[in-house]
Amino acid sequence: MVKKIMTGNVAAAWGARLSRAEVIAAYPITPQTSIVEKLAQFVSNGDLKAEYIHVESEHSAMAACIAASQTGARAFTATSSQGLVLMHELLHWASGARAPIVMVNVNRALAPPWNVWVEHTDMMSQRDTGWIQFYAESNQEVLDTLIMSYKLCEDKEIQLPAMIGLDAFYLSHTSEIVDIPDQDQVDRFLPDYESAYPLDTENPLSIGSLSMPNQWYSEFRYKIYEAMERVLPKLNQIEEDFYKEFGRKYTGPLELYNTEDAEIILIISGAASGTIKETVDTFRKKGIKVGLIRLRIFRPFPSEALGKALSNASFVGVIDRSFSFGHEGAIFTELKASLYGRKSVPMIKNFIVGIGGRDITTDTITEIYENCFNCLNNKKVDVSVEWIDIKV
Amino acid sequence: MKRAGIPVEEFLYSGHTACPGCGAMLVARYALKVLGKNTIMNIPPCCFAAVPGTFPDTSLGIPLLYNAFETSAATASGIEAALKIKGKKEKINVVAFAGDGGTADIGIQALSGAIERGHEIIYICYDNEAYMNTGIQTSSLTPIGAATTTNPVGKKGGWRVRSKKNMMDIVAAHNIPYAATVNPSYPMDFIKKIEKAKSIKGPSYIHAYSVCPTGWRCQSELGLEIGRLATESGIFPLYEFENGKYTINYKKKTKGVLEYYKQQGRFRHLSEDFIKVIQEMVDKEWAKLLFKEECSHK
Repeated sequence: MVKKIMTGNVAAAWGARLSRAEVIAAYPITPQTSIVEKLAQFVSNGDLKAEYIHVESEHSAMAACIAASQTGARAFTATSSQGLVLMHELLHWASGARAPIVMVNVNRALAPPWNVWVEHTDMMSQRDTGWIQFYAESNQEVLDTLIMSYKLCEDKEIQLPAMIGLDAFYLSHTSEIVDIPDQDQVDRFLPDYESAYPLDTENPLSIGSLSMPNQWYSEFRYKIYEAMERVLPKLNQIEEDFYKEFGRKYTGPLELYNTEDAEIILIISGAASGTIKETVDTFRKKGIKVGLIRLRIFRPFPSEALGKALSNASFVGVIDRSFSFGHEGAIFTELKASLYGRKSVPMIKNFIVGIGGRDITTDTITEIYENCFNCLNNKKVDVSVEWIDIKV
Repeated sequence: MKRAGIPVEEFLYSGHTACPGCGAMLVARYALKVLGKNTIMNIPPCCFAAVPGTFPDTSLGIPLLYNAFETSAATASGIEAALKIKGKKEKINVVAFAGDGGTADIGIQALSGAIERGHEIIYICYDNEAYMNTGIQTSSLTPIGAATTTNPVGKKGGWRVRSKKNMMDIVAAHNIPYAATVNPSYPMDFIKKIEKAKSIKGPSYIHAYSVCPTGWRCQSELGLEIGRLATESGIFPLYEFENGKYTINYKKKTKGVLEYYKQQGRFRHLSEDFIKVIQEMVDKEWAKLLFKEECSHK
């Protein structure tokens, strides 16, 4: 085990290296670029034995990863923003093909106008593609989640792809101390990939052919549904195994911070949670009971865990770093739907913050908590969705 | 009776659902006979994706991967890379098999990328000159003069007035190690070229003439004859591009284009004057090809 100071992007490259990714299809895009650069260096130095494909687009990157995975290799790619949405067609394809690809996505806003800073719309708009979605808070979490993701995705009962989001610049280009596990440990934790149905000349199968409405299409989709239902329990087990091997504990789909007795709970995904934790500490010092839930996984959506974690709260503020035009923030929509039918439901409000990389400061978060308190005191949510820190 | 030089073993079995007289099936059948058992094939949406059978049936004796429309060459790249890292590439041929739309239109970016990267893949484009699987829509390889469902003949014209892209020139511009045109009407030439493609260390591109009686409005039993006319008239010359050198494999340009055009209903609206214009274009292209051959061997 070695401790090094590194950016989130370098941590992602290390995660792929330690996971022994065998085929890497890479196309550069700001702010993901240093991931594929670092991996190219690893391959050039002989530190990672992999086929590195300099694809001509993100679309081809995902196509090559899917094919490599279906041929029986462990595939990796990384992208961001425009690159991710260009892949959209093939994201559906990857899950339909049951290809356990792991991809890192540096969360970045979509153009126009051009903007390379953090926002979650790129990944949120891939909600229905059948990918498991993680959002990281730290560089260590990026590395660890990558290794755990391969174990999760390649499990015979799962066989689905996963994307790991890290916030542009706040993680991708910010250096932190990262614990790099020994290769031996990772090898013990993550055995070689064995594809259940690889392309094999000794056992020739036609994979992906037409299936009529009265044949098997519905059943193939039903099986993806079933596999997704197994993800959270399986992840629990994997996190326990990870803790035993590496000594770092992860807590499933949610990280709970001072939520047990909290009157007001904010929910967020991504690295801005650090700022919220600091604000929570400030409130707590004054004896004000606020808390935070960090949503680590957006797909599958952890409805049960959230319902349980919110059962004592009076008010929930959902912070979305993305927006579904014509409706509301994605996490807000999902959370409200999850709470439907529960016995005690808190008041709930959506805050749209940090769009296009606008900084989320402790002042912003303080304002949001105060906004929640006002609503709670008035026993009324003034507006269901509020854009914070907007100049118009 | 065994025809000398044509492998006996079949990898495309009966039971497929292709139209009678489908040229693409002959292309696949000859190609697979030469490529053999140790072959992995991938295909985008195209006629050939619809005919081997619905899940779980297949009429192919080799592993087949279906891929998204624009990804044939990228998919073959991924298969090749995975086989390489697993130490299996030496034994296995990786073949992308795509139609003209999947190659020259939506798939051309991925094809360009894969050739440039030098993957050891064989890319076969079976060119039936339109989007036939969706019902005869114009592609960039639909020939001048043809009527399709998106270039329908109407009172104001409407049939196609643009010429085909030259895919051989496009792949040659990548300095591909080997590219060749093949025509199932010339099976021995066809087989020789697939054998060569198989032996190439790097990418190879095969452009296959592929009669479509349904889309071309011609008699299904005339497919091979029409194919011969295509080559004998110089409309579809048989040639190779190898290590920068062009070689024409069939040099007897003995027929005029009229004979070819009048066999097919898709051209029946054309005036003799317009066919003369086409004749001039074909002659010019043929002269260019002869010149390319001459220059490249100097």
